[in-house]
Parts: sequence; structure tokens; C-alpha cells
Amino acid sequence: MSDSTSKTTPLYAQHVGLGARIIPFGGWLMPVQYSSIMEEHQAVRNAVGVFDISHMGELVASGPKAGEWLDTMLTNTVGKLEVGTGQYTFLLNDEAGIIDDLILYRIEDEKFLLVVNASRIDDDFGWLKSHLAMEVQLENQSDRYAGVAIQGPRVGELFESLFGAKQELPARNEIAEFTLDGMKLRVARTGYTGEDGIEVFFEADSAPRIWNKVLQAGESLGLRPCGLGARDTLRLEMCYPLNGSDLSPEHNPLEAGLGFFVDLTKPKFTGREKLLKEKESGLSRRLVPFKMKGKTPPPRPHYRVFRGDAEIGELTSGTLSPSLGYGIGMAYLATPVPKPGEEIEIEIRGQKFPGVIEKKPLYKKP
Amino acid sequence: MNVPDDLLYTESHEWIRRDGDKIRVGITDHAQAELTDVVYVELPKVGAPHEARSTIAVVESVKAASDIYAPVKGTVLEANKALESNPALINTDPYGEGWIFVLQMDDASQLEGMKDAAAYQSSLG
Repeated sequence: MSDSTSKTTPLYAQHVGLGARIIPFGGWLMPVQYSSIMEEHQAVRNAVGVFDISHMGELVASGPKAGEWLDTMLTNTVGKLEVGTGQYTFLLNDEAGIIDDLILYRIEDEKFLLVVNASRIDDDFGWLKSHLAMEVQLENQSDRYAGVAIQGPRVGELFESLFGAKQELPARNEIAEFTLDGMKLRVARTGYTGEDGIEVFFEADSAPRIWNKVLQAGESLGLRPCGLGARDTLRLEMCYPLNGSDLSPEHNPLEAGLGFFVDLTKPKFTGREKLLKEKESGLSRRLVPFKMKGKTPPPRPHYRVFRGDAEIGELTSGTLSPSLGYGIGMAYLATPVPKPGEEIEIEIRGQKFPGVIEKKPLYKKP
Repeated sequence: MNVPDDLLYTESHEWIRRDGDKIRVGITDHAQAELTDVVYVELPKVGAPHEARSTIAVVESVKAASDIYAPVKGTVLEANKALESNPALINTDPYGEGWIFVLQMDDASQLEGMKDAAAYQSSLG
């Protein structure tokens, strides 16, 4: 499955060495699984797992007006962001379509780190560059940095074994700098799995050393290297959206059910006018989570959704939930959408199977 | 990879165990290892006629759905109901309890194009 146009991360040799199955993803050759999606998923839910996230992009905006400018470019409130903290936010086009969803960290008073989706790096950078304000510098440092996500209930023990008992994990959504064998790392208490965890960013040439240290330190904790397959089942159980599937320039954050990260009280940001209009006229569709009833094939993206004879929408995400043992998914459905507990039907290879609308998240820790 | 000597194999990684004018069919050890974690099997209907190389069953992993093809023209005699409650049998015992269906062949000469174990093994590289 090689693809000459795809890029590889600085950890590619490690993945191949571990026997990972490699797939193209967002322009990158990435591990989809090392052993089994089920086992990797359970390792994150019950112990700890490590993911290569070096494909993700890092943009750095700096300057005295950087915060003010980002507030006009992104949906969440940059003004609220203290140094050393991060927030989930959206980059929208003029029609309020989602260019990207990202985490914005204020790493210094006048310096911001944007961690963006791999497949959107060029679009994000191009869009921001073309809307740049005076006295703001924007750099694309994606090739310079690599990263890993360490996720699972035993992350604290792993952190202590790496950095020593005196160092403390940053608080939820906070980011701080640490040193490991002379290598500088930024550690953020964030993740995409619903478990406690960290995302760690560092210079690309440190990547193999850091990866090996994490694997070594995690050995006694049941740590597993985890691929994109487990990343997808973990995030979908939490109803975290996947860019390119659940989010795209054809969708806005309100219909995606993510209005919490959109501050419409801000006087100005790209897409605001359109979102206000949408809100006034009413949304035409909404992204809703559901589960399958009984023994059914796993639901998958693009399967059609029915209510009675009416086709009411299409799945953007679907899988068999390894934690729950039944099919789960998210679909954009025409408004008014059925309420939690109400039934829908999902068409799978020409046959309709029953599903039930659920609330977020689909999986709650016992 | 386990490739038993007494079976025939298709290009699409089904194995065939012949018994007169009947064949028992499943997917190979190599195929189950590629799919990993089988979570659902859509079985063929008993009594249904199938053309050679038509989709007869579907094996689904967490990540993807894969079509299983009828190796030859025939009618379904049996489907492995055990896979409905335990689809992972395909992973744990692909040549035994993980069989998928039994087909009554219309024309046994259609088996002539199938690979033997050595040919299948070498096709895996």
C-alpha cells in the first residue's frame, strides 16, 4: 500500500518495525493498527496507549496584535485564553463552512500555537496568511515538529516514570514545557479519546528517541502503540467529530452541535453573520449520535437514514463500538431531528436496520 | 501463514474443501489476518442460487466490509449460523469452525482454475 505522493512522519520506521499496517490518511502514510483495533482500543480505555500525531500541523502566530487578530479568525474567545492554556475552536470561511477544527494554545503572552488537522495544513495556512493583519507573524512549523498522544487512565504513572515524581502533569487543557534527556517538549493535557491523557510536541529529530522512551516506560503499565483505527473508535464513542467526515466546508459548527465553541457575542469573526442568519432562520440539519438496535452489521459513513418511508439524512461516521459491543454512529439528519430514544432506520446493503437516537457521549466511563 | 495442503484456493482468498459435488468455503488464514477482528458476518440464504464470482457473503471488521465470492456457480446448502453469535471464529479457526457456507456445485469442472496450496502460498509472496 505505498503511495509515492504521501508523506511519512519521523516515526515511520518505528511503525514498520512494530509490524503496523500502514494506510494513506490525509496525505500521510500512517499506522492504522499494530495488532488489533479492539486490543488497542481497550488498552486506551483500561491502561494507556500511545499514538503518533506527528502528521498534525503546527502553526505559530505571534506579535502584539496576534491575539486580537486570531479572535477575528476563530470562533472561540481568544481573549479568555490565559498563557499556558488551550481551547478547541473553529476556522470558518465567509459562509461559516468549517475550514478546520483545531486547538489554539497561548504559549506566551504574544505567541499562539495552532494544532491543526494534517490534511488541512496548507488550506489553513493559506487562508490565515491571506487574511493576515499588520504586526502579526504567522509561521507554518509543521515540518519542524513531531508529536505523540499518550492516552488512558495510567497516563499519570507513565508521566511520572518519564519525568520523575517531582514534575506535575499540566491541568486539563493546559500546556507546559518539560525537558527529557536534554530534549524540549511541550506537554498539553488534551486528547481525542475521552480518557485522561496528554499530547506532546517536540522537534522532529527527537521523535524516535521519545517514542522509544515512552514504549519502554509504558511496558510495565500495559501500554500499547495505537493506530488510526483505535483513534477513530475511541473518538466516535465520545462523539468527537472527525474533520473530513463529520466536519467540512459544507458544514457549520452549529449544525454539527458544537455551538459551545462558537462565541456569537464576539463583535466580529469570519462566518459570524452567516451563523447569526442560520440561527434566526433555523438550522436545516443537525449532526446527531445514534446506536444500532440488536445484532446488526456495523453502520458506516454514507449509509442512508430513514424514518418511515422518508429519507432524512446520511451517516458521516459509524463503527462497531469496541467498548459497547454494538454499532454506533453520527448522522446529519433533516430538522426537526428525532429526539433521543426515538427510532430511525439505517439502510445497509439494501436492507433497513433499526437504530435509536442517543445523547452525547455514546460511551460513558463506568 | 497456515495454508493447508488438502484445500483449493481462490484469487480472492477463499478456501474450498471439496466433497463430491459439494464445496465448503471460508476465508484463508492470510485473509483473516489482513481483516483482523471480524465483528459481523452476513451469511448467504440457504437455497439461494449464485453465479461464479458473485458476492455471496460479507465479512465485516471494525474498519471495513469485505465481500466474499462464490468460487463457482451453485446453490447454498448450508450457512454457518455459529458465526452470527461468534463472528470471531473466522479469526480463531479460519479453516475449521470459521467456515462460512456449503455450496452445491452446478458444474464441478469450474474448480479447475483454482489454486492448490503451493500456488496460493507463492501468490502471498
